[in-house]
Amino acid sequence: METYVYAFLFCGFVCMISQLILDNTKLTPGHVTSLFVVVGAMLDVFGIYDKIVLYCGAGAIIPITSFGHLLIHGAMDVASENGFMGLALGIFDLTSAGISVAVVSAFFLALLFKPRH
Amino acid sequence: MKDKYVELVEKHTPKEDIVKNATVSFLAGGVLGILSELLLRGYMMWFSLPRKEAGVVVILTLIVIASILTAFGVFDQCVSKLKSALIIPITGFAHSMTSAALEYRKEGMVLGIGANIFKLAGTVILYGIVSVYVFGIIRLIVMGG
Repeated sequence: METYVYAFLFCGFVCMISQLILDNTKLTPGHVTSLFVVVGAMLDVFGIYDKIVLYCGAGAIIPITSFGHLLIHGAMDVASENGFMGLALGIFDLTSAGISVAVVSAFFLALLFKPRH
Repeated sequence: MKDKYVELVEKHTPKEDIVKNATVSFLAGGVLGILSELLLRGYMMWFSLPRKEAGVVVILTLIVIASILTAFGVFDQCVSKLKSALIIPITGFAHSMTSAALEYRKEGMVLGIGANIFKLAGTVILYGIVSVYVFGIIRLIVMGG
């Protein structure tokens, strides 16, 4: 039950921070998402984001910070066996599902629908 | 008197908007977090998936829902109401891809969709990869894996 509370707090907190950045600076959503991916990767360098996921569950999985966390997680898992080559081999291990599904669904939806303004 | 009033209004209006936007995105983002946690538990229970795989399936579900809503033109209306609560979760990533694909379709299959599908989502992937290489090398040197 506590996980729901933490999921609410963490996911809401991340969204609130990004909204504050968007409102108070001239950065666009593109800047903020890129920044948050880097922050997610940075937090996972020493396993901090893993602990957040443990406590916040899906609340920590769905923000874009988790994309950076999954990238470095896959890379480090393979790197622990193969050394530096592992970085290149494992970087997309955990995020390939998300990227490929997003590409495929975007492609077929673009064929089926017309843009609306 | 009136000038003072106008000055006061101008001073306070954007501030209230910022607070309201932040509150809305906090609440909506939190609700989205709770819903996906429910979905995660559901997938673990119904399909007896391990936690890691269930997390991936939750992400995929959100991506597909966001893409379909974008194609129907509903997503942009939701973003204008719920603010960054829909941009920062993985839904924003799917939205940027689908909207770019829809937008540039008229320019052709290859030069339109193909060249522009990563137009917005590309920055996320680029900076993700570059930062992982930098941080990964640092971690390998410092901690040895």
